[in-house]
Parts: sequence; C-alpha cells; structure tokens
Amino acid sequence: MSQGFDFSIAIGGAAGQGIATPGNILARMFVRRGLHLNAYNAYQSIIRGGHILLTMRVREQEALSHGDHIHLLLCLNQDTMTRHLRHLGPGAYAVYNADNITPGEHQDGVHLCGMPVTELTGDAKNKLAQNTAALGVIAHVLGLDFEVLESALTLQFQRKGEAVVSSNVAVARAGYEYSSAHFTPLANPLPQHPDPLAVWTGNDALAMGGAAAGVKFYCAYPMSPSTGVLHWMAKNARELGIMVRQVEDEIGVANMAVGAAHTGARTMCATSGGGFALMTEAIGSAAMMEIPVVFINVMRAGPSTGVPTKTEQGDLWQALGASQGDFERIVVAPQDAHDAFGTIAEVFNLIDRYQCPAIVLSDLLISEGTFSVPPDDIDMSPPIERGKLIRESNGDAGPYNRYLDTADGISPRAVPGVPGHVHVVATDEHDEEGILISDEFTNPIKRRQMVEKRARKLDDYFTRVAAPEVEGDEDAEVTLVGWGSTAGVIAEAMEQLQADGVKVNRLAVKWILPFHAEAVTEALSGARKTLIIENNHSGQFHRYLRSETGITADGHIRKYDGEPFMPHHIADGVRAHLADSVAGGVFVPDQEILV
Amino acid sequence: MTIELREKPLTARDFKGKVDPDWCPGCGDFALLRATQMSVAELGLSPHQIVCVSGIGCSSNFPGYFNSYGMHTLHGRALAVATGVKMANQTLTVLVTGGDGDGYGIGGNHFTHTARRNVDLTYLVMNNQIYGLTTGQVSPSSSVGMKTKSTPFGNIERPVNPITSAIMNGATYVGRGFSGNIKQLVRLIKGAIEHPGFAVIDVFSPCVTFNRDNTYDFFRQRVAPLEDEGHDPSDWKSACERAMEWDDRIYTGLFYQDQAVQSLHALEPILDGGAPPVSHVPEAITQEQRDRIVRRMM
Repeated sequence: MSQGFDFSIAIGGAAGQGIATPGNILARMFVRRGLHLNAYNAYQSIIRGGHILLTMRVREQEALSHGDHIHLLLCLNQDTMTRHLRHLGPGAYAVYNADNITPGEHQDGVHLCGMPVTELTGDAKNKLAQNTAALGVIAHVLGLDFEVLESALTLQFQRKGEAVVSSNVAVARAGYEYSSAHFTPLANPLPQHPDPLAVWTGNDALAMGGAAAGVKFYCAYPMSPSTGVLHWMAKNARELGIMVRQVEDEIGVANMAVGAAHTGARTMCATSGGGFALMTEAIGSAAMMEIPVVFINVMRAGPSTGVPTKTEQGDLWQALGASQGDFERIVVAPQDAHDAFGTIAEVFNLIDRYQCPAIVLSDLLISEGTFSVPPDDIDMSPPIERGKLIRESNGDAGPYNRYLDTADGISPRAVPGVPGHVHVVATDEHDEEGILISDEFTNPIKRRQMVEKRARKLDDYFTRVAAPEVEGDEDAEVTLVGWGSTAGVIAEAMEQLQADGVKVNRLAVKWILPFHAEAVTEALSGARKTLIIENNHSGQFHRYLRSETGITADGHIRKYDGEPFMPHHIADGVRAHLADSVAGGVFVPDQEILV
Repeated sequence: MTIELREKPLTARDFKGKVDPDWCPGCGDFALLRATQMSVAELGLSPHQIVCVSGIGCSSNFPGYFNSYGMHTLHGRALAVATGVKMANQTLTVLVTGGDGDGYGIGGNHFTHTARRNVDLTYLVMNNQIYGLTTGQVSPSSSVGMKTKSTPFGNIERPVNPITSAIMNGATYVGRGFSGNIKQLVRLIKGAIEHPGFAVIDVFSPCVTFNRDNTYDFFRQRVAPLEDEGHDPSDWKSACERAMEWDDRIYTGLFYQDQAVQSLHALEPILDGGAPPVSHVPEAITQEQRDRIVRRMM
C-alpha cells in the first residue's frame, strides 16, 4: 500500500452554511505545507439547503483521486451526521456542534468530537461560528500549531478588516483549546514538506491553458459545470488582454467564436452537454470554413438537463458525431486538471496547423475538483505555432486562393484586413477560390477535390500526437482500459490490487479522434483479460473502441449514478471479474456515500 | 487581383465579386448590391478593409457577389459571427447582409442582443416578406392574410416590425430603404457605415417570383421618404409612430439615430486607448503575468 500521510476530511452541510470557506482555508494550509490535495465537492443545484459534502484528501504522494475513506467528518448539520457517521471507521473523527447535533450509532473507535459552540464563542446567533471553531478542532487534531491556522485565517479574512480577522481567530482559538483539553490528536501529525504547492480547479486549469496558449477571445454562456472557465477568464481578462464576452446563448457563443477566430485571434469557448448541443452546427461550420476554434464540453450527467451538478462521461458520442456531415475534427479527453492545462496549448497548435475545430471533453470531476499542483509545473510559455497563418501584408498581390489544393491539404490562411488576399469563406461547399459550388455551380469533381483536401490535412496527425501506452505489470492477468478523467482513479485502484498480489496494467486513452487504432490494437493484443471502465451506462467508449479496432472487451466496470468512481469501486469490480462472478459482464459498483 | 495597389480612386465596379448574382431577374437584391458597392466606393474604402458577413437565403449569397473579405455563415447566425469579427478586429468595416427570415426569424435572438450591445456593424436586411430560396413560405415579416405555400388559407400571424424592434432593442441607427430608390439607399448605407454603432437598414427588396402582394408597384404607391417630412431622427417616439404606419403610406429613410451611445468595442476595457485588435497582438503572456497568477494560487 501507499506510504506516508494520507488523510481525508469531509465537510458536510446544507448549501448556504458556508462550506466553501473552511474548505478553502484548509486547502491553502495543506498546499502551503507542500502536501498534495484532491478535493471533490458533491453538491446539488440549489443555492440554499440540500446536502453538500466536500471531500478533501490530503496526501504526501500525489493524490490521483478523492480516495476511499473519510478520516474526519465535519458535520455542519444533523443531516450530515445522520447520513455519514456510519462511514467512519476506527480512529476516525466526527467533529460537530454539540449544541444542536447528536451523533447516532457508530463504529467502535470513532472519536466523537462535540463542540459546545455557544459556550466557546459566547454568541448563539452567529451561525458561522461553528465552522471557525471546528477549524480550531481540526488544526489541533492534525497536530498543527495554532499559529498555522491563525495565519491562514488572517489571509482568508484580511480583506474584510481587522475586526473580522480577530473575531475569527478568537473563535478558532477557543475551538483549538477545547480540543486540546478534550480530544486526542492524530498519532502521526500532518507532515510538512519544504516546497509549497499551488491549488487550482480543473476549470482554472482549462482557462489557464487557454491563456498560456495565447487565447485572446473567450466567449461563453454560463452552464454548470463549465462556468468556472468563464469566471477565471473574466477575472483575469484585463490583465492578460483577453477579450471575454458572455453571449445570449450557446449558438451565439459558437458562432461568435468562429467569427473571432477567423480574424486571427486564438479563440476558445466552454459549455456543458446541453450548450454543446446548441453549438454543434457552428462546429461543422468551422470545419467547412477551415477556422480553428477550441470547443470545451465539460460533461455532466444527462441526457437533456440531466443532473447539472453530477458527473458523467456520457457525451463521447455527441462529440464524435457533433454537427451534420462528414468532416475532420480533433477530440481529446484530458485525464486530470494538470493534463487539461497542457492539453489546451497542444490542441491549439494542432488546430492552427490543421485549420479545423477541436473538442475538449472534460467532466465535472476534473473541472470542479480542486487539486494541488507544483508551481514549477505551471509553464505558461508553451510553444505557440500558428501554422500557415497570414496576418500581415506580405507584398503578395495575388492571385490568392484561400482553399488552395496543396500537397498536404493545408492552404495558407489569410485573415481579413490583409491586402492582396481578399476572399470569401463559406459554409456552403466551395472551390479553391472560395466560390460556392453548392447551388448554381455544383460540380462533383470539385466537391470530391475539396472533401479530399480537407481530409488530407490530418494525414500526419499520428506523427504529432503520442499514442497511449500500457503502464503497469508485465504479464498482467488483467488490463484496465479507461479514457479521460478515470485515469487517476484507475491508477489508484491498481495500487490496491497490486498490494493484494494481483498483476494488473492499464491503458489510459486521451486522444480520442483521430483514434490511434493500430497502436491500441497492438497495445491490447497481449492482454489476457481486458476490462473497460467508464462513467456511463451504455459503454460509449467500448462501442467506439470496437468500431475502430474490432476489439471486444472481456468485461466492464461502469458507474452512472452521478458520483465519480472511488478507487475501491474499481478494485472490487476487478476482483469480481477475476472471480468470474459478474453477471452479464458489467460490474456496477454501489455508491455508499449518499449525497 | 491588383486593385488594392491602384492609385486612382475605386469605383463601384471595383467591388464586383468573382461571380455574377444568381438572383432571379428583377430581384430587389440587385439594387441593394449596387447601392452598397457605390456606398463603399464613395467612402473611399478598399476591399481588404471590409468584411461582409451573411447567413443563408437568397440575399445571403451577397458576399460572393461583392468584392471584399466575406463570410457566408450559417442560417441566422451572421450577426453573432460578425460580432466576433468586429470585436476581435475593430479596425475592419463589417457589413452584415441577409434576409427577413434569416434576421428576424431564425436569427431573432441575435438581432435583439446585437442591438442591445450596439456592436458597430452595418446590417442590411433585404426584406422580401417571404422565404424565397425554399420556394415561397410565410416569413416573420409577411402581412396578415398573405397566402403562401405554408399558409394556403392566409397568414394568421402578425408581422414583426423591424424598425420599432430595432429601436426598442437598442440599435442606434435605424433606417428603411426600398430597392426602387438607389439614391436613398446609398445615403442610408453611407450613413450606416459611418455611424459608430449598430446600424440596421430594413430594405424592401421585392421577391418577383414568390411574393405577389408586396411588389415594386405596391411600394411605389406607398413609400414616403422621411426626408420630405421634416422628421427628427433623434426623436424615437416619432420614429416609432411613423414606423407603425403601413396601409396607405409607408415611410422610408432614416428613422432614428443616437450617436451618444458608445459602441461595444469603444466600451471594451482591453481596447482602451487605441489598443491594437486582439486578432493581432502577440499571443504569449509574460513571465510577470504568469508569476502573478501563480502567486494567487498559493
């Protein structure tokens, strides 16, 4: 099993009870100590009420998932205690306001840490006092000096003034002192590493990837769980010279993006599945006019409005089939926030080269998760390659054919404003000059020429984009195949299985279209038992894999209840498959933590 | 093509596109094309300085017949695309051309919001009150009672009023032209291009094939130039009152203009102080910018 400190704190309560603030304070404290963080917030589409459970896993090693356990549960209301106390094992802590929350049945060895909040704070009216007092208890339980918390509180509240800082510090101190007198801290306190880490969400990473790649036009319509990209862009736009527009609908977003990209600005937009559906016609238009735009779809549980605050990998086929017609596109599914950051710059270079649209498939798990990242890994100066772009007058007085039928299919792309290169781009089929061959001048020879020209552009794609490789044990008894955001949780499930003596390896697919069919066929040719793991019901990736390679998997692990996989869900599924005890070949893990 | 290198002033002929229009003989769109070519020549613009954006429909074939940069985009989406073009490169003169179905029907949402934002575009709507390219169905501007292939017993829906809609939604230059009066069209189009905001010109452009009601004769008997009426274009109430008249007298000309409202790109903070267009600024961000961002994450 993994070595070192590995601890998960869950904060539960109703929307409006102020879960985010203690979450942020703890996150900052952890990453400043150089510890890794992987946080998943299970929430609902409600502004006040309901049930939210923020799980923050802090680990000395990189935390690739939010883990399997809750080691400390902070209950901000009775509902949280009632739902989750039973998930706590021996040695775990339940922290709660003893004035109004009662613990129920629990396992032996659970530390019940009730705080007499009114007595500690002398203020029965301040509903947020319990949150701050609890931070004091948590700091003590984790073995931290109070000064660590004090400085974190100061940073968090200093914008609100000295009075707010000092009252919060006083309440936290009362909690800390009460805990020191009444509760047993961890035997192994929270470690400290010399190099502090930074913290971001997946949506931050997507936006920062765009900023690093030189995005200068970003537009969006708010839609969970993609809205964080818009927020980051809006907040940082002025400093970075990025134009950010909120548009009337996603049809407008996608078309505005196409217009901006045509002028030469690197352009990106993000949405979720429903908005993506509205964008699709414009995605086809970008392909037809040969204009590079990045369209991000942050997937949530569907279909239709679905479950806006829950995750799913259900839009693969929507991405593959987005828009009418038969055209070239790039589809990529990053594996985590860090990967999403780097992928955006890589994708922009590809689509500037190939002059086609790209679809980036993130999901709620990546986009709304909060993760640590080593600051030195945030390289915001990636190579920027614009391909055959003509943005300035080159003295060339023509003739210029926008869709010149070149050997590699890629035509020099002049943007509006350049003298000597005047042309019309059209969503109708057109010839090399850009003249329509859609109505009066239909011409099968030219139509075939243009279809083949556009298709030929991606001929060298596989020399530029790395194929996935099998990682893990040689001669494995089972090979786990996943795509996109399941990469991390599959890797952790493998660790658990290997600790039990199971020989296992994995293939994590990221670049979806064009598909590395030959490389994947080769990679899976030696697999003794192939299991495909995906966050959807129908096995979208399995059906795609089969269509591209003819490979049929030996079994499946699928989850489609809206909650992400935990490592043990996958490890349990693998064990069941190895024991040949999966009826129908599809293992569906139970979601134990009900949120 | 070498026209950009000429010394002598360009004429309307220099704005003739690569192909001849395939519109029906007598189509009102010819006049608007001609008037637009004359207008840009008279304003001294060069083809490379202009982007003409259209959607889908007979009139949306306009960019192919007009010598400038052009984008022939999706049905109803021309204004959204054109907003992207103008905002990403505010130095370009952006014309948007299309029909009533494209602009007031499928593109109606973008019409509302483009007007509200006062994007500096010149929007020329060739309004023939019929769907022509799909061979004659009712349009959002068809009159009540009009018989078309999709309303064989007569249209029961009331038409949109493009003039009052544009004014109410926030357009800052609103005019109406008629294909039978090229001189007035040229005046309106030149004013629209020079106007620093969203300019809409609804042009009666008769469909000689599918609309037997709203013919050249129908309009010739009714049009009344506002120029002859002493109308004050800064008076939006009077503009709307005159725009509501239809039966015996239909006003044309400049209904409304407000030069006080700033256009979207003029209000955009990152374009402050004559900043270059985002289409042409260097992509890379600086190390200082990166460091500031990362510091905030720690």
